[in-house]
Amino acid sequence: MSQKPQDSIDQKRREFVSVASKAAAAAVVAPGVFLHSIGNAAPRSEPVTDAVRYGMLIDTNKCADGCSDCVSACDRENGLDQLIKPEGASDEQWAKQKPRWIRSVKVKDNLSGKVTSLPMMCQHCEHPPCVDVCPTGASFRRVDGIVMVDRHTCIGCRYCMMACPYKARSFIHENVQFKLTSAPRGKGCVESCNFCVHRLDNGGTTTACQDACSHDAIVFGDLKDPNSAVSQALAEHASTQLRADLKLNTGVRYRGI
Amino acid sequence: MKKIQYREWGIDSPRYWGLLAVLGAIIAIAGFAVLHMEHEGHWVTGMNNQVVWGLPHVFAIFLIVAASGALNVASIGSVFGQKMYKPLARLSGLMAITLLVGGLLVLVLDLGQPGRLIVAMTTYNFKSIFAWNIYLYVGFLAIVVVYLFTMMERKANDYTKGVGVVAFVWRLILTTGTGSIFGFLVARQGYDAAIMAPMFIIMSFAYGLAFYLLMLMFTFNTDGREIGDKVMKRLKNLLGVFTAAIFYFVVVYHLTNLYGTENHAYEAFILLNGGIYTTLFWVGWVLLGLIVPMAILFHPALGKSRAAITAACLLIILGGLSAMYVIVIGGQAFPMAMFPDKTIIDSGFFDGVNGAVSSYSPSLPEFLLGLGGVAVAVIATLIAVRMLQFLPASLADEAVDPHHS
Repeated sequence: MSQKPQDSIDQKRREFVSVASKAAAAAVVAPGVFLHSIGNAAPRSEPVTDAVRYGMLIDTNKCADGCSDCVSACDRENGLDQLIKPEGASDEQWAKQKPRWIRSVKVKDNLSGKVTSLPMMCQHCEHPPCVDVCPTGASFRRVDGIVMVDRHTCIGCRYCMMACPYKARSFIHENVQFKLTSAPRGKGCVESCNFCVHRLDNGGTTTACQDACSHDAIVFGDLKDPNSAVSQALAEHASTQLRADLKLNTGVRYRGI
Repeated sequence: MKKIQYREWGIDSPRYWGLLAVLGAIIAIAGFAVLHMEHEGHWVTGMNNQVVWGLPHVFAIFLIVAASGALNVASIGSVFGQKMYKPLARLSGLMAITLLVGGLLVLVLDLGQPGRLIVAMTTYNFKSIFAWNIYLYVGFLAIVVVYLFTMMERKANDYTKGVGVVAFVWRLILTTGTGSIFGFLVARQGYDAAIMAPMFIIMSFAYGLAFYLLMLMFTFNTDGREIGDKVMKRLKNLLGVFTAAIFYFVVVYHLTNLYGTENHAYEAFILLNGGIYTTLFWVGWVLLGLIVPMAILFHPALGKSRAAITAACLLIILGGLSAMYVIVIGGQAFPMAMFPDKTIIDSGFFDGVNGAVSSYSPSLPEFLLGLGGVAVAVIATLIAVRMLQFLPASLADEAVDPHHS
């Protein structure tokens, strides 16, 4: 028996092992490299910065009585319209238990009787009581001013709902069958308006409620940029915070109340 | 004074196992109620986005408050050196633990995500009084276990006083933390008051002692042990004083509120026109929970009757649950003042249109969960006194009263 054939077989095996291991390594690493490059390409890979503070001015003089365009737009944008009334729940019960991020409210001045319509939502306070009371830190404020809930650490204790002076938060009372990728949700967590954060983090500059308002009653933007539409509108007209006595420095301001 | 002897609870076996079976059945039913609520979600409860805390919280907070109060008997013995209270101390420490465990179970099982308890135990926001309470509750359990050890292990008796002082201070901080859950809430009219913390402390004194007395009388009666009249007189007078102190705090709380015009609507709601909340305040909390028990406990004849004292204890507990209902649920049902000087005339989210009160009707599963918490506290106490020497062999006057002639 000569040595040669054995040598050549060895060589082939070696080549095979070499190619196979390279292929395996590529198969393992490639998706990561690919995802990494996607991650780098998307603007959300950059951390949010406090050079921006998102805020909103709502001009109640323009807000039309009976209009609920902003409410339905929010429902669509954040998948609230995908939720189904649990089988067995009454309409009345469901109305009180289903989540709502923005709602229309009509108020009458006790002295003058003047009636004002306005949309109410999370006021994105600089000093949010919901963030103070949250035991796990799930309720948090981003440095760009957006107050939101981390659904991975929310234990569903609802203390933030007890603490919010604007009743801005909702608890998910029911099983969730359908949800949008941009607005994930699950039973047993608390949620509220987040200024359509999925838009802002992907290069968007507007919120759904603002886009839907045909009366131009909602102006949204960067409160720290003096040239933004919201800053200019705030500079031009007097505006108020709701429950200004609490000194929460809200990111949402109102004109005409 | 004779050396105190302790003996396991000597109730006859059929009755003991019968009791455990009944309590076990209640706990099992409560367990099914929890599974139902967790599986379906909170829509099967009466809670909603307006009234976010319901009956489970009424039971849980009541049990937690009563737990810290149950420890008082032990504290009076070892911290304040009252000899007569020393034989009573072991049961006091035990009930502090079992009531707290019962209350915490209810609280945790009502979470939207009870499976994330580990998150609550590992991720903290220290500005939250809730986060503090997690440490306060767990720490309390640990300290009371050590406290019981120093009482029950002869070699550790020397440390009882030191550990007792720590436990006493800790329980004051703990109840302050529980009261501050409401005291620290600026958003709602009925809360945001510093008096909440001391009021909860004084409530804990009474509710804990009422629970304690019931358990003491029950375990002693069922195995033929004696509680002397002098011991009973001291304990029931103490309960009467605690009840009177709650009365004082309730009066001060409402008088302070009534002085400020901004609180008039809330006060009218609780005191005059709040429907179920007004009824529960006057009938449940004040009349049945404070005035009637005080009248019984300080009455020259009724104050000596064991049956009447039992009734007083039950009424105080009932009054305590009413008080929690008024505070926890009444405080949420009253519409929030989101627009001072304005009336909300229309809303898409039940914002108290024209002053409308938020509705809440407790559901059966919620009630069963709360009852389950009480049953856990009771069953754990009964098993412990049966297995270990928590109960003194006798509380007859000559056995415990240092001045007995």
